[in-house]
Amino acid sequence: MAGAQPMIQVIDLHKSFGSNHVLRGVNLSIDEGSTCVILGTSGSGKTVLMKHIIGLLKPDSGRVIVDGEDIVPMTPEQLAVVRRKFGMVFQGSALFDSMTVFENVSFALREHTRMSDDEMREVVRRKLEIVGLVGIEDKYPSDLSGGMRKRVGLARAIVLDPKIVLYDEPTTGLDPITTDYVDQMIIDAKKALGVTSVVISHDVASAFKVGDTIAFLHGGRIVEQVPPKLLRQSQNPAVKVFLSTWFEKGEY
Amino acid sequence: MAEEAEKPGAHQPTALYIAVEQIGKRVTGVVEELGGIASLGWSVARWAVRPPLRVENLFAQLDFVGVGSTFIVMLTGVFSGMVFAHQSSRAFMLFNAESLVGPTVALTLTRELAPVFTALMVTMRAVSAMCTELGTMRVTEQIDALETMAVSPIQYLLVPRVLAGLVMVPLLTMLFNTAGMAGAYVIAVNLKGISPGTFIYRTQQWLDPEDINEGLIKAAVFGLAVTLIGCYKGYNASGGAKGVGQATTQAMVSSALAIVVLDYVVGVALH
Repeated sequence: MAGAQPMIQVIDLHKSFGSNHVLRGVNLSIDEGSTCVILGTSGSGKTVLMKHIIGLLKPDSGRVIVDGEDIVPMTPEQLAVVRRKFGMVFQGSALFDSMTVFENVSFALREHTRMSDDEMREVVRRKLEIVGLVGIEDKYPSDLSGGMRKRVGLARAIVLDPKIVLYDEPTTGLDPITTDYVDQMIIDAKKALGVTSVVISHDVASAFKVGDTIAFLHGGRIVEQVPPKLLRQSQNPAVKVFLSTWFEKGEY
Repeated sequence: MAEEAEKPGAHQPTALYIAVEQIGKRVTGVVEELGGIASLGWSVARWAVRPPLRVENLFAQLDFVGVGSTFIVMLTGVFSGMVFAHQSSRAFMLFNAESLVGPTVALTLTRELAPVFTALMVTMRAVSAMCTELGTMRVTEQIDALETMAVSPIQYLLVPRVLAGLVMVPLLTMLFNTAGMAGAYVIAVNLKGISPGTFIYRTQQWLDPEDINEGLIKAAVFGLAVTLIGCYKGYNASGGAKGVGQATTQAMVSSALAIVVLDYVVGVALH
C-alpha cells in the first residue's frame, strides 16, 4: 500500500463516559483501499472508536479526518453528507425486520436517489450478486440464515457505492464455516469494489485472514498497527498476552 | 447497629439520610426524564418541518393509531355513556330531575371522560406497540443502521408517530363523544323512560361548543404527550428483550400518569 493516501486518520482521540476514560489518545491511519482490522479485547473501546469514525459519537478531544475532512466539528447536516461515503455492516446485521430483502437493500436508494423502481431492482440484483445471493429479494430477514443476513447487510451497506465499509464484529457468534464464508465476503467485497474496509473484531484468525494491517487497541490506545505477519513478532506485552492466549488454544 | 452508629467517625448513614438520598435520586430521575422528553419533543418539532415529508409513513401511523383504535374507542365510549346515564338517572330520579341526565352525561363526556379514556385506550393499544417496536429497533441496532445511512431516525420513525397521536386522539375523542351519547340516549330513553325530546333539548341547552373544544384541546395535549413518552422510552431502550419490556412498562405507567396530571393542568389553564 506504499504511497496510498490515508482515507481515515484518527488523531489523539479522547473519549470518556462519566468517570470511564475509554479512549485515551487513539492515533490511527488507514490507507485508501486497504483493510484495517481493529483488534482488542471485549470492552476495550473498539465499537466506541468505530462510532467516532462514522460520527455517531463526538469525542472529548482529538480529530477524525475522513477523506480529507475533519468530521468532529461538523453539524448533523454536514455529517449526513459524509455518512454517504460509508457503508456499515452490523454485528447482528441490523436488517429492518418489517421489510423484505429488496426493501432493505434499496432503502438508501429510495432515500437518496430518484431512481425508478426498475432501476432500483437492477441495482439491488447486482449488489446481491456481488455478495453471492440471487433470487431472495422478496424474502424477509427472518427467513434467512445468519450468514445470509450478514451478506444482505453488506449488500445494503454497498448499495450507494461507498468509499469506506465498516464491519462491526462480523464473525462474532458464527460457526467456523459461516465465519470463513463471512471472511471471504470481506475479501471479495474489497476486490470487487476497491473500498477501504475497517473491521472491528476480537477474532484473531479472521483478523489475520482479512487484514492488510491490524491495529491493536489496548488501554484506550492503539499500541500496534502493523501487517498481520509483523504482529506475531510484536514485543508489546498486551499484544503478546492476547495472541499467546489465542495460539495456545491452537485455533490458528 | 446502634453501637456502630454511636462510634465517632463511623459515618453510618442514618435512615433519614438514606430516605432523603432516595427521594433526591427519584426527583433527579424525574427531572432528567422530563428534560429528555422535552428535548426529544423539540427535535421532533424541528424535524417535522424539514423535507422530505414522508407521507407514506405518516399515513401508516395515522391508520395504526387512529383507524386501528376505532373499534375499541367506540366500544369504550358506548359503555361509558351507558353506565354514566344509568347511574346519573338513578341519582336524579330521587329528586325528579331526570331531564338533567342528558346534559350531565354530555358535559362529563366532552370535558373529561372522552379525552381521558380515549388517550388511555390509545396508550394501551398503540403507544405500547410503538414503544416495543422502537425499543426492539434500538437494541437490534436498526436505529443505528438508519443513522449510518444518513437518514434521521427522529424524522423517519418518530415524527409520523407523534403527529399521528396529535391528530388522531382528538378525532377518536369525537368518536368517543358520539358513541357515548348514543349509549346514554339508549339507556335514558329506552330503559329509564326519559322522553327523547327532553334528553336532546336539555343536552342542547346545556352543552356549549366550548365544552367540546376543551375536550379536544385536552385530547391533542394527551395525544402529543403519550406518543412522545412512548417514543422516548422506546428510542432510549437498552439491555435486550428485558430492557425493551421495562421500557414499555415505564412508558405505560408514565403515560397514564401524564394523562391524569395533564387533565388537571389543562383543565385549570383553560378556566
